[in-house]
Amino acid sequence: MKRNGSTLASLRKGQKGVIASVNAADPQVQRLMTLGLVEGAIVELASAALGGDPMEFRLFGRGISLRQEQARHFAVSPVAAGGD
Amino acid sequence: MTKTTEIRVPANQIPVSRRADASIAVVGNPNSGKSTLFNRLTGLRQRIGNYPGVTVERHIGTLKVGERSLELVDLPGTHALSAHSLEEQIAVDVILGHMEGTATPDGILAVVDATSLYQGLYLVQQLLDLEKPLVVALTMSDAAELEGLKINISRLTAKLGGVPVCPVVATSGQGVDKLREELARITEVQPPEPGKTWPELTAAARELASMCPETVRLAEVERLLIDGPTEARQGFLARFGEGAEARLQELRDRLFGNEPPLASEARVRYRWVREVLDEVVQQAPPFYGWQARITTWLNQPVPGTIGLFLVMAIVFQAVFAWATPIMDLIDSATSVLGARVNAALGDGALASLVADGVIAGVGSVIIFLPQIMILFLFIILLEDSGYLARAAYLMDRAMRSVGLSGQSIIPMISSFACAVPGIMATRVIPNRRDRIATILAAPFMTCSARLPIYALLIAAFVPAQSVGFLNLQGLVLFGLYIFGIIMGILTALLIRKTALRGPKPPFALMLPEFRRPNLRTVLMQLLGRAKVFLRRAGTVIFSVAVVIWALAYYPRSDDVAPFVEQQQQAAAAGLSGEELNAALSKIDNQAAAMQLEQSWLGRAGHFVEPLFRPLGWDWRVSSAVIAGFPAREVVVAVLGTVYAVGDEADEATLSGRLQAARWPDGSIVFTLPMVLGLLVFYACCLQCAATLAVIRRETNTWRWPAFAWLYMTAIGYVGALLVYQLGT
Repeated sequence: MKRNGSTLASLRKGQKGVIASVNAADPQVQRLMTLGLVEGAIVELASAALGGDPMEFRLFGRGISLRQEQARHFAVSPVAAGGD
Repeated sequence: MTKTTEIRVPANQIPVSRRADASIAVVGNPNSGKSTLFNRLTGLRQRIGNYPGVTVERHIGTLKVGERSLELVDLPGTHALSAHSLEEQIAVDVILGHMEGTATPDGILAVVDATSLYQGLYLVQQLLDLEKPLVVALTMSDAAELEGLKINISRLTAKLGGVPVCPVVATSGQGVDKLREELARITEVQPPEPGKTWPELTAAARELASMCPETVRLAEVERLLIDGPTEARQGFLARFGEGAEARLQELRDRLFGNEPPLASEARVRYRWVREVLDEVVQQAPPFYGWQARITTWLNQPVPGTIGLFLVMAIVFQAVFAWATPIMDLIDSATSVLGARVNAALGDGALASLVADGVIAGVGSVIIFLPQIMILFLFIILLEDSGYLARAAYLMDRAMRSVGLSGQSIIPMISSFACAVPGIMATRVIPNRRDRIATILAAPFMTCSARLPIYALLIAAFVPAQSVGFLNLQGLVLFGLYIFGIIMGILTALLIRKTALRGPKPPFALMLPEFRRPNLRTVLMQLLGRAKVFLRRAGTVIFSVAVVIWALAYYPRSDDVAPFVEQQQQAAAAGLSGEELNAALSKIDNQAAAMQLEQSWLGRAGHFVEPLFRPLGWDWRVSSAVIAGFPAREVVVAVLGTVYAVGDEADEATLSGRLQAARWPDGSIVFTLPMVLGLLVFYACCLQCAATLAVIRRETNTWRWPAFAWLYMTAIGYVGALLVYQLGT
């Protein structure tokens, strides 16, 4: 699943990405979608706990934390310049 | 104080004159400031109970606005109205009027955190389809201002189809009067027209509803379309008649195609939310206050983890150090009270029942109250400030490696004071398997009730020599704490690999910003939890204390009285003054020991002695252990009685007696292997009726407390056996 530079899990600290597609077959992923992690949402990696997992993202100004394995279900593309 | 009793009559059967003018369901995301607003609106006019059959608390409060009296039902915090979690199901059931014992709400108050509109509006959007009058309260509008968010209220109202939106600051009360007025006329508010946000879904729901001969709620049909014909909805589906299931399938195929319906719902609804936000919210440069600076600092992994350990150390210290003076006070108060009762009622069964049974029994509960209150105070403060979520986030990886999740950390730490509040704190763990694994691991943590027996045995039998710069006694005590932690971790690992095997639960944790906790909310929560503890645990420990008293008191022995009389006469003849008093109290203690050996408890000790013989215990130790099963803290007191040092056993005397105890053949009872085995037994064994009762309450079955008891007792027994047999 993981391709470098393409999922939430591979964002660097402070880097933003817009969710391009979600692998929604897993009910756990659907659960995360009801929290607002859907296509078109802009997500920034705020921090990570010791060892890089779990990760904390900013989604519309709020913190949401995911484990790496879950973050890999969300493919991201770079945010267009000036977009937020 | 208002009544806190639970209503048992379904609200729709209560005569109208006694009912409120309207019932309003309060719905909102977790951490949206819903409870603070609820407390602000209803004050102390609240009743706390449980929803039938589950451990989710139900808060009902009354709001008076002029002549009108409104009943507010505070629903559990939810992100959505799907059927994902217990809390969400309860919210849906209450709103749709399917919850037994809770009136169908006439209207809904949606609580939305102004700084978290993105997720808040998702829930509001689902509420818009319910065809019920709706009022939106925008909480934390002060924080939103600081963050530079400008929310155009009239435009938001227009986007929500005319629903009133009231910005409030629940902590200061700003804007709450206006909200009260809106709530008072909620029944006159026109319910919003459904279908504004997802017309295709509403159209499909209308189509399906037209098949049904009865009138059905459109919202319920919409949930049926999204969630599908689940088991819980079979009854509902049956009302539609022939062919409904096939039609439902067609409509679902048309709406969702091959996509999972929940994913489609999230995509459609969040697209709408983003459109609304674009038009309603303007983001100005934020003002970074102290909260933001702390958040930034604690976001870094290393300072964050160090900070977490500091916080845990402070909590741990407070629970032990601050509580001690109050606990000592309660302890001496109960003994003074017991002595007074004895003096007033004389000897005999009644005095003994009141003094040794009731007062000592109630005292043994109340003595833990200071620790529990301090612990709860910290937990509530940490929860309200938003730190608890961050602790769970920071510890997730470590806890996951032992089969638990980040949210298990607080219950585990709490259990070092007492497993009862620790197990109650597992409510923050959403996943049932994780929660039960945590509940089973928690009682292994060394609780404060284990300390007296540890202290007694270590002081009496572990030499006070130094090991390097450490003291051997302290080292043994520390070792017992570590041993408890290891046993708890092994238990969690074992149970997650066997009975509770299952996929790793998703870990999606909203990490709220730091906020100053609201004093009012904190105190009200503290009061509520103290009440629950005293009522539930108190009744169990109290009844058990009376039973143990009776077992140790009856049957009365005929031999004791003549022995006492004879001895007293002999003493009176030969001694006087101080010496006579000393002799008399020694006789009393001997009589108590004789009586105990004759009692049911003493006989039980003799009876089970063969079972405990391989562990090196004589009948005295055995009966003390039996007496300690309901509440381990009584064991020192019982040892005091069996070894005839009286109730006011000072530790030096009791240690001396224990050291001098001999088997009939003259060999020492308390050898080092036996003592270490006894310590291992106490470290493992679940000798606490209050913990069993609270496990029963939190898991809603006797299976788990029964399992925990058997499992921990077996481990304690085997552990003590191994230590004794290998050591001797």
